[in-house]
Amino acid sequence: MNPALLLIADSRLPAGGHAHSGGVERAVASGAVHDVPSLSRFLRGRLHTAGALAAALTSAAALQASCTPISPAPDTTEAGTRDVTEAPPATEGGAEGGDDRESPWVRLDDEVDARTAAPAQREASRTQGRLLLRVARRVWPSSVLDELARTVPDPHHPIALGVAAHAAGATPEEAALAAAYHAISGPATAAVRLLGLDPVAVHALLAAFTPDLTAVAAQAHFAATSAYPAPHLAPRWEALPAYSAPALDLLAEQHAQAEIRLFVS
Amino acid sequence: MGANHDDHHHAPDGRGRALRLGVGGPVGSGKTALVAALCRTLGPSLSLGVVTNDIYTTEDADFLRRAGVLDAERILAVETGCCPHTAIRDDIAANLDAVETLEHRFGPLDLVIVESGGDNLTATFSRGLADEQIFVLDVSGGDKVPRKGGPGVTTADLLVVNKTDLAPMVGADLGVMARDAAKVRGQRPVLFTSIRQDPTAATVADWVSERVMAWSHTHATPVS
Ligand SMILES: Nc1nc2c(ncn2[C@@H]2O[C@H](COP(=O)(O)OP(=O)(O)OP(=O)(O)O)[C@@H](O)[C@H]2O)c(=O)[nH]1
Ligand SMILES: [Mg+2]
Repeated sequence: MNPALLLIADSRLPAGGHAHSGGVERAVASGAVHDVPSLSRFLRGRLHTAGALAAALTSAAALQASCTPISPAPDTTEAGTRDVTEAPPATEGGAEGGDDRESPWVRLDDEVDARTAAPAQREASRTQGRLLLRVARRVWPSSVLDELARTVPDPHHPIALGVAAHAAGATPEEAALAAAYHAISGPATAAVRLLGLDPVAVHALLAAFTPDLTAVAAQAHFAATSAYPAPHLAPRWEALPAYSAPALDLLAEQHAQAEIRLFVS
Repeated sequence: MGANHDDHHHAPDGRGRALRLGVGGPVGSGKTALVAALCRTLGPSLSLGVVTNDIYTTEDADFLRRAGVLDAERILAVETGCCPHTAIRDDIAANLDAVETLEHRFGPLDLVIVESGGDNLTATFSRGLADEQIFVLDVSGGDKVPRKGGPGVTTADLLVVNKTDLAPMVGADLGVMARDAAKVRGQRPVLFTSIRQDPTAATVADWVSERVMAWSHTHATPVS
């Protein structure tokens, strides 16, 4: 395992994740989540739907990034400031011509959109993706992150996560594992804060989920490799899963309308 | 929620951007009142933006918008997930995003004020988010607060002790507060205010405009 994965999966990564509850705040408000067992059911459902989807998309993004060779960011010392609005030269990541609509990042981002039904979920995903991208560009500067920022400034979170993991040196399967963990660790922490649950009991719960995390990441990675059969072949998007969790979608929409809330999502 | 559709992640050295001023301090000490006063006093001469960090509503942002001290679109609210101090100190991403969104939409700005959600005496701003920070106490918290210290009281670039109009009512001794603050703060300034009596917060506004001038001299955009 690449140690950089620890940094990417750490809830202390300063990328704004602490302000997202993944639907838990609304589930707590409705009474559906009220103790450790009900939290466990919520997390299991989330991991095997939204989490499994995010893991597959993250792995796909990492695989796509690995088709683009990493090069260090342009030297910034001389100019004093780096004009980040200036686009780096386009990479040859399968894009034909200079049209951004043809960029593989725009295409993959569209695939994530198509698999994220609720507008509130899309918004939350893009917000987290944008913040993660910003942090990753400073922590692991690379041309593929710059290219992503240029073509999709507000990428979905799984895309930012997959590319950041790649830039940090992690494999696509490791990226999928980070995504699966992210799908439950943030909501678990939010529940601790909202309900005053025993943090040790909640961590024991997370520990009990580790075999599921491994399984979800492996399946996700398998789907992603089927979608990218070979670097020179066009991606087979239909190989990527499209799980949905209507309850999470509803919670997200209700949350976006709520007058009183502590978490962004 | 800053939907930025351009790549404007800034270089971290601060050149060519506005001074970022953090306003922190315990719940109810008068942070929003101070931000409103600064907008009132500095708004006519400086280009401003405001970011609020509310705990569970957008109350502060709504108050400022209603007060009409600044264009409503120049005020953005950030949600902090139960942890107001995390959002200004440990994970500043959402606040930075909001600040940069304002600069991108309305820039160039002279000053962006970030009000933290009212928290405890240990909450201070990361230097990655705020270039200068004001910590606001009020006299009704008791005249012992400066003596207790804490990073906000001790290290803020300016300590404001607000609601001096209430001092006789709560039996707070301003002399004691001034002496204790000086003891823990050394040369760092302390100002006593009553925003109730002076809604322009003139003394604080003077300090802020001086900081803005100093910032713009040292961080001007290089001539290209
Ligand atoms: N008497 C008196 N009241 C004041 C003064 N300044 C503010 N207030 C009042 O104190 C209350 C709290 O002020 P805010 O500005 O909302 O305080 P805050 O620090 O922003 O509060 P939070 O954001 O909730 O932490 C309001 O009712 C203000 O009108 C003052 O100088 N004197
Ligand atoms: Mg306030």
